[in-house]
Amino acid sequence: MIARSSGSGSAGRGPRRSASVATVSTIVFLVLLVWGVTNSPGWASVKETFFNWDEFVGALPDVLSGFLLNVKIFLIAEPLILIVGLLVALARGLKAPIFFPLRALATAYTDIFRGVPTILVIYLIGFGLPALQLQGVPSDLATLGIIALTLSYGAYVAEVIRSGIDSVHPSQVAAARSLGLSHGKTMRFVVLPQALRRVVPPLLNDFVSLQKDTALVATIGPLEALRQAQIHAASSFNYTPYLVAALLFILLTIPLARFTDYLAARSQRRRGQ
Amino acid sequence: MSVLTVDGVWKNYHGHHVLRGIDLEVDTHEVVCLIGASGSGKSTLLRCVNLLETVDDGAILLDGKEITDPGVDVDDVRKRMGIVFQAFNLFPHMSVLDNITLAPRQVHKVARGEAEEQARELLGRFGLAEKAGAYPDQLSGGQQQRVAIIRALAMQPRLMLLDEVTSALDPALVTEVLGIIRELKQSGMTMILTTHEMGFCRDIADTVCFLDGGVLLERGTPEQIFSDPQHPRTRDFLRSVIEAGRL
Repeated sequence: MIARSSGSGSAGRGPRRSASVATVSTIVFLVLLVWGVTNSPGWASVKETFFNWDEFVGALPDVLSGFLLNVKIFLIAEPLILIVGLLVALARGLKAPIFFPLRALATAYTDIFRGVPTILVIYLIGFGLPALQLQGVPSDLATLGIIALTLSYGAYVAEVIRSGIDSVHPSQVAAARSLGLSHGKTMRFVVLPQALRRVVPPLLNDFVSLQKDTALVATIGPLEALRQAQIHAASSFNYTPYLVAALLFILLTIPLARFTDYLAARSQRRRGQ
Repeated sequence: MSVLTVDGVWKNYHGHHVLRGIDLEVDTHEVVCLIGASGSGKSTLLRCVNLLETVDDGAILLDGKEITDPGVDVDDVRKRMGIVFQAFNLFPHMSVLDNITLAPRQVHKVARGEAEEQARELLGRFGLAEKAGAYPDQLSGGQQQRVAIIRALAMQPRLMLLDEVTSALDPALVTEVLGIIRELKQSGMTMILTTHEMGFCRDIADTVCFLDGGVLLERGTPEQIFSDPQHPRTRDFLRSVIEAGRL
């Protein structure tokens, strides 16, 4: 391996000094922000409606148990989205005339589901699919929500993967095909490994977005975090339960967001070496 | 017996004739060198032979069988010939060993152990034994091009096509790549190569073909072409090459 020297933050000044500067400026910024908000004219009533400690503690168990459903929806939807996205991206890359219907279908799918707001997809799937009264259509609301999120996000992820596939230089395909590898094997061994590595940061970004969009499923009724918060808020006319839900979502998305940053920075370093 | 026959091949790009009725015969163990200015159709001819491009008219035969027929399995044709590109085109996410063994394993269904043994033997023969585990971006251009040649050789092709394989290299690295090609000739490999290295071409070719504007204007032994060119265009081309100091 080639030895890599790691950059030491800001050149010239030591890392310790820049860390202390960062700490002081952060503290000053936070103090000013808190001072500004708490001295606003309506702060007293906002504090009572949004930051009520008793309400917070009261709503936490229900919102948290609802939140587990969000996590479950996310964990099931994510691999399904990856599969749909990959298949659609591959279908759009089929050039032979015989595959035209498949390619057209994949194009229509991405056009439609990227164009329709996710919340409408959730309504249409959540209320429309069961109304067809077909045999075998799931009636569980969370399952319907997963189907809707998969359809909506699958279109985005397909485009991300397709852009990754397009970013692999045609000479790589020429080299693989000239060795006698078929189109499928060229994709599998040469194009996709390079393409997927390049699109990991944007894919993770989509998944951060998916984590919070699981709350949209609340609109068709399953008892997830936002729905639980709504129930609590409706009974007490206090909005603190929403804050509980917001905090839980932040706690879930931050680790993935930081991981995305880390990967992006790493690939930047690689390109720069 | 002829390995490859190119019979009246035409190729158009957007209404522009890149190849205008090319005829070419390549015998077993023969080394054919295509020379000519950029845009004369040398690379296009090689890409047509490898079926990376379709021909608009005419036919190409490999071992007497037409390969330009639309019903032909292109993968089956390509595994019988190796092509090496100007820009190496190694797979950057694979080690040298995996670059070389991918096609034998996936196309010829050779077992991994056997394919790796064969790859290490080739690497050793061309002085790259210690680079088996390296990645392409850790190699010099000359080393990358040697790996690309080995990758094509590992498929045990009937015919090797070498397209400007030294053009992207530092002059100091050209020699090591030319060395491999010389060794291939000694081992009896049938080859078609395009090159701007006229000294090398004169040295290694059995037949030299001069292409101009998509037409094969003149062909002959290196002595005939370089010492006594018949066609005025060939003379012009060789004069400009001499002025550029490449002969």
